Amino acid sequence: MSNIFEYAPAPESRAIVDIKPSYGLFIDGEFVDGTGKAFKTINPATEEVLAEVAEASDADVDAAVKAARRAYTRVWSRMSGAERAKYLYRIARIIQERGRELAVLESIDNGKPIKESRDVDIPVVAAHFFYYAGWADKLEHSGYGSTPLGVAGQIIPWNFPLLMLAWKIAPALACGNTVVLKPAETTPLTALLFAEICQQADLPPGVVNIVTGAGETGRAIVSHPDVDKVAFTGSTDVGKAIARAVAGTDKKVTLELGGKAANIVFDDAPLDQAIEGIVNGIFFNQGHVCCAGSRLLVQESVADEVMERLKRRMATLRVGDPLDKNTDVGAINSAEQLAKIRELSDIGEAEGAERWSAPCELPSNGYWFAPTVFTGVSQAHRIAREEIFGPVLSVLTFRTPSEAIEKANNTPFGLSAGVWTDKGSRILSMANRLRAGVVWANTFNKFDPTSPFGGYKESGYGREGGRHGLEGYLKGEDS
Amino acid sequence: MYDDIVRSDSSLRRFLHGLPGVDQVGCEARAAGLGTRSIKTTAKAYAIDLAIRMVDLTTLEGADTHGKVKALASKAKRPDPADPSCPATAAVCVYPDMVATAKQTLGDSGVHVAAVATAFPSGRAAMDIKLADTRDAVEAGADEIDMVIDRGAFLSGRYLDVYDEIVQVKEACGDAHLKVIFETGELQTYDNVRRASWLAMMAGGHFIKTSTGKVQPAATLPVTLIMLEAVRDFRDQTGQMVGVKPAGGIKTTKDAIKYLVMVNEIAGPDWLDPDWFRFGASTLLNDLLMQRTKMTTGRYSGPDYFTLD
Amino acid sequence: MSRIDVRKTYKLYIGGQFPRSESGRSYVVNDAKGRLLANAAQASRKDARDAVVAARSAFGGWSTKTAYNRAQIVYRIAEVLEGRREQFEAELKAAEGISQAKARSYVDAAIDRLVWYAGWADKITQVVGNANPVAGPYFNLSTPEPSGVIAVVAPRGALLGLVSVVAPLIITGNTVVVIASEENPLTAITLGEVMATSDLPGGVVNVLTGSVAEIAPWLASHMDVNGIDLTGVEDAALATELEVAGADNLKRVRRPAPDTDWLVEPALDRMTRFLETKTVWHPIGV
Repeated sequence: MSNIFEYAPAPESRAIVDIKPSYGLFIDGEFVDGTGKAFKTINPATEEVLAEVAEASDADVDAAVKAARRAYTRVWSRMSGAERAKYLYRIARIIQERGRELAVLESIDNGKPIKESRDVDIPVVAAHFFYYAGWADKLEHSGYGSTPLGVAGQIIPWNFPLLMLAWKIAPALACGNTVVLKPAETTPLTALLFAEICQQADLPPGVVNIVTGAGETGRAIVSHPDVDKVAFTGSTDVGKAIARAVAGTDKKVTLELGGKAANIVFDDAPLDQAIEGIVNGIFFNQGHVCCAGSRLLVQESVADEVMERLKRRMATLRVGDPLDKNTDVGAINSAEQLAKIRELSDIGEAEGAERWSAPCELPSNGYWFAPTVFTGVSQAHRIAREEIFGPVLSVLTFRTPSEAIEKANNTPFGLSAGVWTDKGSRILSMANRLRAGVVWANTFNKFDPTSPFGGYKESGYGREGGRHGLEGYLKGEDS
Repeated sequence: MYDDIVRSDSSLRRFLHGLPGVDQVGCEARAAGLGTRSIKTTAKAYAIDLAIRMVDLTTLEGADTHGKVKALASKAKRPDPADPSCPATAAVCVYPDMVATAKQTLGDSGVHVAAVATAFPSGRAAMDIKLADTRDAVEAGADEIDMVIDRGAFLSGRYLDVYDEIVQVKEACGDAHLKVIFETGELQTYDNVRRASWLAMMAGGHFIKTSTGKVQPAATLPVTLIMLEAVRDFRDQTGQMVGVKPAGGIKTTKDAIKYLVMVNEIAGPDWLDPDWFRFGASTLLNDLLMQRTKMTTGRYSGPDYFTLD
Repeated sequence: MSRIDVRKTYKLYIGGQFPRSESGRSYVVNDAKGRLLANAAQASRKDARDAVVAARSAFGGWSTKTAYNRAQIVYRIAEVLEGRREQFEAELKAAEGISQAKARSYVDAAIDRLVWYAGWADKITQVVGNANPVAGPYFNLSTPEPSGVIAVVAPRGALLGLVSVVAPLIITGNTVVVIASEENPLTAITLGEVMATSDLPGGVVNVLTGSVAEIAPWLASHMDVNGIDLTGVEDAALATELEVAGADNLKRVRRPAPDTDWLVEPALDRMTRFLETKTVWHPIGV
């Protein structure tokens, strides 16, 4: 009886995407062979090799930066904002037209559920280009002047491959910069498909250059003397290394780094929605989210009830094939990431926290981790302090609003936070006192092109999205 | 067990207003999320038959005649004359004066007769008239009574009056099952729907039902979500199960399946049963039948092939 | 026989107090002609540490005061400075070897700058904040908030330069540890006396005098400092070293600009560089 709603697999067809056996670099409007080695990108849900991708060498990066500089000097910085806007609108439209293809490819390369790539990532990507397109001819109203920086070197992570690309490229181009962008080594494919979209849009050669590779390629971009701007989203450690590398130069930097967000649930919270918010906060995108609500702070008086409801809800999460439209939680992006999640979870257990995982069958191939919650966690536990970047929730309790604030802010990070309560004045008080760049009150993990995103403290600096997102790509008016 | 709560208007209000609030946006997002679940092949065939078995086939028009009700009752017994494997609906739902006619046609088919009573749909009548209306329907053979609550009393905070009415109507029902209609389109907020749900469950309603079908909006996924959460939480507290009936506006198989997915994931599979979940609908049945035929024949059918009653 | 002057002892300004350096050190400060002006306290790394503690403990109260209140206090600094302008003109003339007219123009500009920034307290949020029209039923508001404790290396302009780097930081709610110009530190301490008598809570501004090369690295690497303003750093190698050290906890950095013309009206970025943007979402429903 209970099995009738074992929803039959409803896989999205893969036929829509055409993955080539190997990919070169996208430099100066063309796909070219790299001068370095190649590496493989795999489907984390099956461990199947999807394609070979070129690892850009220093010389390749130099060629890309030169192409970007040429395009900047000769074409893009001279073009009127209104004309730049049209290219960006074109790109937004093509992304919508090829949305299904992009979503499927994203899910294959990244492991995220098709439901998320189809309903969140790709629509927001298109919206982001659409939003910044409109800024291109209105920069004099931005408050940051209208002078571009030049060539932007951009390095993005694997958790939202195309969305992070959009967050980087759309404002950069709108402001009149040209870019050299490196996608993450485990998720290069949608960026390469985006390169094709640039060709379809007839974007002038060199305005967008995509160089694939790993850490070395990233270093080459950051340290290239002709790069005027570095934008990075990724780990705090790499962010610090970048901040050191650009010290003493004129390079402008924006960094969007790690987090350990507190999701604070008061006893008067709209409980059923709070449970959804907790689940969405930590299990959305397998917890591979820098702003994930990885620390649940729940008021002691409702802790038991919340845990009971949370576990019941977690038991309904469907973990499995990312291309299945019914899948809620997909594959962990890589073997390395899975090892890290396992290690920290084991440490959590060893430190005395109580572990509970949702009962679910995990596929035998690929990288998987069941949605997991730790109770009895204290601030001293490593699972309460370190970013796990996986579907693992640490639960702590509090008694008073002040204690909640104290615990929430007691971290070197400051990217995001959540508050759940029905009392309006308390929401505003909590929002004021939380030291975090994004505060979601009675909601969580919401993103929008018009809404600035970025952190306090070691979560980085600069904002992406909204009017504020232009600042990182314009000269401004220095005093 | 709720004696202390229903001792006075103020204690009842304290309880109802102490229930966790509902965030409208979050609730609607959850309902929409469940709506994207995709069901295929065998599960879908099962779901369609289950949905047919859950239909309270309804006619509640001023223009209703004995002939119309007879036709409807015949359809309820054998929804698809061409296919004997097609299950019967749960009930037919009519005004009290049509109960005898419906009962006569349905005989011992197992299809219940539900009657709307208590001055349906507005509920604006004196209490003794509402009780008489109820008794009248039960005496005529109704197996189930669908009552409306006094929304005026509810909205003005006279919760105890609403509670007492439900208790009295239930008493008048005798052995008939009582469904309590909230008219959620008039209650407006999800917080009110949650409070009404608890009020009706504490008063002993066997089912809680969204709407009369006479007010827009009628049944919606998020309203039903709130009610399913309520019956789930009520069972957690008391061990008693209460049924849920969305009514009005559910027209397609696709809609019906979304509701069933929600029943499964919110209240749980125990509620996937005509004893605990019903659809109040008139046109839904034909769409279910069309989709059922599509499943068995492999081609799309058309409305000409199903009876209009 | 003429009267013997009572000379002033120049100490540090930390947490609203005027302590000597815990190290017991001082250094000679000469006037523009090379004659002794006074001995200045030579702050140590421990003085820097104490200053950070004072700035951190002042941050909570200062950053949560109303903008109107902060405006009043910074305006009050301008008022008190106006009342003591002769003293500052004399100090500037002596220390920098400039004319009376020049000294007066710097004092004028410093006072005017304080007044200008005082007015910004309750406007900066309106100018750099945003209501964001997201594509969904959500209220979404971005507002600026102070970054926290900011370490500043002040430029040479002993009064106007110092005021121009400190005022934009405190008006938005940050608290400050500032290393005064190494060559002309005395006016900074006198300005400390003004601040101490202007209702500015202790610890909001802390003034260290001494060797930039010695103290600044401790502030740059301090994990409880949120930003470093290197405006006054003249040694490029030191500036790079400080920026590298600042990366340990991702301090917000303002790179050196020792040659800034402080008589020009500043842009907003002296304030915005050390502001965070906080964006709050809330559903809109009934």
